Amino acid sequence: MKTSIALAGILLAGSSLVSAQAINGAGATFPYPIYGKWFEEFRQKNPSIEINYQSKGSGAGIAQLTAGTVDFGASDMPMKDEQIAALKVKALHFPTVIGGVVPTFNVPGVTDLKFSQKALAGIYLGKITKWNDPLIAKANPGVKLPSTDVIVVHRADGSGTTFVFTDFLSKISPEWKAGPGSNTSIKWPVGVGQQGNEGVAGMVKQTPGAVGYVELIYALQNKMSYGAVENAAGSYVKADLDTVTAAAANAAKSMPADFRVSITNAPGKNAYPIASFTWLLIPTQIPDAQKRAALVNFLKWMLADGQKDCAALGYAPLPKQVVLQEQKQIAMIH
Amino acid sequence: MAATATAPAPSRPGSRSKGDEVAHLVTLAFAATVLLVAVLLVWNLWGASAPSRGKFGWGFLAGTNWDPNALDFGALPFIYGTVITSLLALVISIPLGVGAAIFLAELAPPGFSSACTFLVELLAAVPSVIYGLLAIFTVVPLMREYIEPALKTAFGYLPQFQGPILGVGYLTAAVVLAIMTVPYIVSISRESLLEVPRDQREAALALGATRWETTFKVVVPYARLGILGSIFLSLARALGETMAITMVVGNDTTLHASWFAPGYTIAAILANEFAEATGKMYTAALVELGLVLFLVTIVINALARLLVVATTRKGSAKAQ
Repeated sequence: MKTSIALAGILLAGSSLVSAQAINGAGATFPYPIYGKWFEEFRQKNPSIEINYQSKGSGAGIAQLTAGTVDFGASDMPMKDEQIAALKVKALHFPTVIGGVVPTFNVPGVTDLKFSQKALAGIYLGKITKWNDPLIAKANPGVKLPSTDVIVVHRADGSGTTFVFTDFLSKISPEWKAGPGSNTSIKWPVGVGQQGNEGVAGMVKQTPGAVGYVELIYALQNKMSYGAVENAAGSYVKADLDTVTAAAANAAKSMPADFRVSITNAPGKNAYPIASFTWLLIPTQIPDAQKRAALVNFLKWMLADGQKDCAALGYAPLPKQVVLQEQKQIAMIH
Repeated sequence: MAATATAPAPSRPGSRSKGDEVAHLVTLAFAATVLLVAVLLVWNLWGASAPSRGKFGWGFLAGTNWDPNALDFGALPFIYGTVITSLLALVISIPLGVGAAIFLAELAPPGFSSACTFLVELLAAVPSVIYGLLAIFTVVPLMREYIEPALKTAFGYLPQFQGPILGVGYLTAAVVLAIMTVPYIVSISRESLLEVPRDQREAALALGATRWETTFKVVVPYARLGILGSIFLSLARALGETMAITMVVGNDTTLHASWFAPGYTIAAILANEFAEATGKMYTAALVELGLVLFLVTIVINALARLLVVATTRKGSAKAQ
């Protein structure tokens, strides 16, 4: 009995020793690598603040924010109007980084491919079933395309990556917009679903004739080859940090006040068309002064020093104008 | 058990009966917890699925569309996928598992038998994600390059063996489930075969039966209940298996007749879509799928019980 009391005492003492101000967040998995790095770096600079982040998915992040079980949320897809209406405390969207989604393929004998908008939509609608289809061949003069069946691979788990990809397809194809539409999970007209970037990449890698889509950072980290995509200006652009940043440049000039903006199929000759911001969702009212101060400090740090971490991890940093606009929005937290 | 329960009460009813009472209450509380968890589970699923039940009614079970954007949900592709992958898995794993168990219990040298049993029990403890990885890197290519093309050539006239070969799909999922469930069947069946009394074998041999006749006409029927039990346990595992299946079933919400085609199971779609599900109706439909999985499990378990009762009666009738 005595030992157990002593033990409890030690445990209590221990917990009070490490009782830094804990802030809990949940949401998107796509930015998790950089969020993890940010929260850790921030904790090292401010040992009294500990930010815990559960990368459970954008949907879960929004749901937990709505239920009030976390201090902040994170999402790869801007909140919809009805989701905002369901919030008890209004939340602010803070773009953090920009990511891209790239098409990856396994076509026997082909190392480089260009995807026109019509071809990409046709493939995912199930209308293009052979690799030597004229629509694919037209954009790839000189490439010897085999008559292999096209095997479409998509994400099976609900994902912000799927949202970005289907948001792009909805913009370039009226048929896609009217049919499958855009969301984190949709009804795919054709194809095989696999879990996560690694599932899609693995399936594409081992299946001749397969085509799939993965996050740019995943493709970069694994040194995968991926295709160029036709953008709104009609030029074929391969995703990298520069072209993804270029996609945000236009949005930066006319950013809506609430930051809810889609940058897929962005104008600009050098803009990569399948790109998106990812957002932190911060409540406008945080009653706990300590937590509020901690989150505000984190946001300020993230918009300044934090942005320098982006490139190393394969994310494109925010354009300057967006950073300035976000710094103003911080004042709305009280 | 029954004998101890009806044994006369101890002569000194003092402290001992009090202790009994406490033990009775404590164990009762534990037993009640199990029941309570089951009831709470159903209660919760029932409550959280209300929007979906209200909108789709019984049509949910027969609906074949699953469209999170149009908020139109039907469970049939998932029910079909769950049941067909589990049944196909059993078709493969029952002969394999029971055959191996008979060999290990009846024919194998003891040293070899215990070594094998150890390995089999080890297999039963392997996490399912490991089986999933094994499946992706070995079973899927094997199915795509050799087994499915061979089946297509041999049985191509049946709708189940038509269509493009992708390597992932119902059949591959069933093969992976079979690999995962064989250890259960082997392990439990072997135990129950070993529990068959020596007298039974000796009696059969004394009557002039050969070794094979003894095994198949006496030992296996005697151990029937244990073997059936192992099969039901595998079935339960197959119905609820999630990770490994998600990795190889193809995750396509369309209902396909072909076993080569990508499909979906209830557990797999819950694992895939629940975390990112937004909106009341979508979440409710997924919860209702959980309820349906619960029902499917209950129905299949009930059928299994009925089968046991039926075969037991047949056995006792024979004995008379």
